[in-house]
Amino acid sequence: MTAIELAGVSHVFVNEKGAFLALRDIDLRVRRGEFVSLIGPSGCGKTTLLSLISGLLVPTSGTVTAFGEPVGGPSGAPKVGYMLQQDYLFPWRSIFANAAFGLEMLGRLDGKGKQAVSELLAELGLAAHAERYPHQLSGGMRQRVALARTLATEPDILLLDEPFSALDYQTKLQLEDLVWETLKSRGKTALLVTHDITEAIAMSDRIVVLEPNPGRIRSEVEVPDAIRQAVPFSARERAGFQELFHTLWKHFEDMEAGGEGGRAR
Amino acid sequence: MKQEKSMTETVYRQYRAQERVRTFWVRLTQFSLLALFFALWEAAARLQWIDGLLFSSPSRVAQLLLEKWQDGTLLVHIRVTLWETVVGFVLGTLLGTAIAALIWWSPFLSRVLDPYIVVLNALPKVALGPLFIVALGPGVLAIIATTLSLTVIITILVVYTSFREVDPNYVKVVRIFGGNRRAVFVKAILPASYPTIVSTLKVNVGLSWVGVIVGEFLVSKEGLGYLIIYGFQVFNFTLVIGSVLIIAIAAALMYQAVAYLEKRLVSHRL
Repeated sequence: MTAIELAGVSHVFVNEKGAFLALRDIDLRVRRGEFVSLIGPSGCGKTTLLSLISGLLVPTSGTVTAFGEPVGGPSGAPKVGYMLQQDYLFPWRSIFANAAFGLEMLGRLDGKGKQAVSELLAELGLAAHAERYPHQLSGGMRQRVALARTLATEPDILLLDEPFSALDYQTKLQLEDLVWETLKSRGKTALLVTHDITEAIAMSDRIVVLEPNPGRIRSEVEVPDAIRQAVPFSARERAGFQELFHTLWKHFEDMEAGGEGGRAR
Repeated sequence: MKQEKSMTETVYRQYRAQERVRTFWVRLTQFSLLALFFALWEAAARLQWIDGLLFSSPSRVAQLLLEKWQDGTLLVHIRVTLWETVVGFVLGTLLGTAIAALIWWSPFLSRVLDPYIVVLNALPKVALGPLFIVALGPGVLAIIATTLSLTVIITILVVYTSFREVDPNYVKVVRIFGGNRRAVFVKAILPASYPTIVSTLKVNVGLSWVGVIVGEFLVSKEGLGYLIIYGFQVFNFTLVIGSVLIIAIAAALMYQAVAYLEKRLVSHRL
């Protein structure tokens, strides 16, 4: 079953200085339960793509559907959850109130909703911090609260916009495992944007390489089963990991060379 | 382990002791300066280095204030002025925030009003005093209007800027969960600007005093500003100086109270 489908999606941004094409003719399908990563140099429209899927932006042309329905429609509960580069927890809300924010917005923060938030915080190892405030927590803990906030509304699809990029290396590795296990155990569909090729390989089932100016799909790579089935930390030691890394690295090198060639002309 | 603990404790104790000594000297110097000022003033008046009729003396001021306190008139004047000032800064902050919200709500309105707000901000608002008296009558209303003209405009500017500078990612968080413009305002923009609004309250305390005293100069029959202008007209400078002293103390206390309130209201933020 198709969870996300983009068909012929192009997007143009406009301001006083002019208009520019951010994405051109994107066709992308993500199956239910699949974990797909989007990688590519900056300016390739990765974040724009996520904004289109979440319904925050409406594509200039083409269609975006989630489980067959157009996104951003007034169909009630959003099927799409979104994790940002940083936690963006509200500093004036307690950890519990932050984690419960999504349910509160949807008007579902009743006794059952509160119970679910508490369970989620406990599952993510945050139960002891429920009454504290964001500035009292470390970066990794805060991003876990943001994950709880996203999962609490029970979205079927998770969009992850470089959610580990602001963390130190050790925390990043731990959180990769936690997010991967949490999403797999719940059978969620995930779309991860990242700069980090190793992270993309370790976490995903499939990797989509994007090319900049205008943003478009350059190539798609399936991750071998052996790597796919391991948790991200140990996936990095599986056979085939380095080969895949070099394949993807080659794409980046070629794009850079191509870009420079283009400028020289 | 135990040794470490006792070492940190010793260092901390020494630090605290040093800090206490420093604080003591600062306080002593502050108090001495004040005492010296009043002593010199008193001496200058008695030895007739200065004209006692114009510059009075601490003892005369104290005596007059005591009399006025005992016959109850001083309290009435203080109460009137305090009331006007509190109304001025509370109402000014609320009204300014409400207008800022309206402007945030409508980008069209924001662009339309922009030049008017710039002009109004540049205008010395007390110049409008006579117009308020004509329009609202020579009374409390005109005084409060003068005060609001000072506090509202600056509040609009500061609070609106704060609304606009809220991290767009907070707005994104609200929109991700399906929030409309109203939800964005209530859940993200307003709470994020809350510290700014409270600190505007503090700025407005000062402005409010200016507005109220000028307003009382112009129209009133009571209040500390009235006492000053009355003392000036009947050549009673002991009354003028006494009133100024009361204003200085009342304004400082009010500012401290609002600063304390600010600390309490924004306690668990970064």
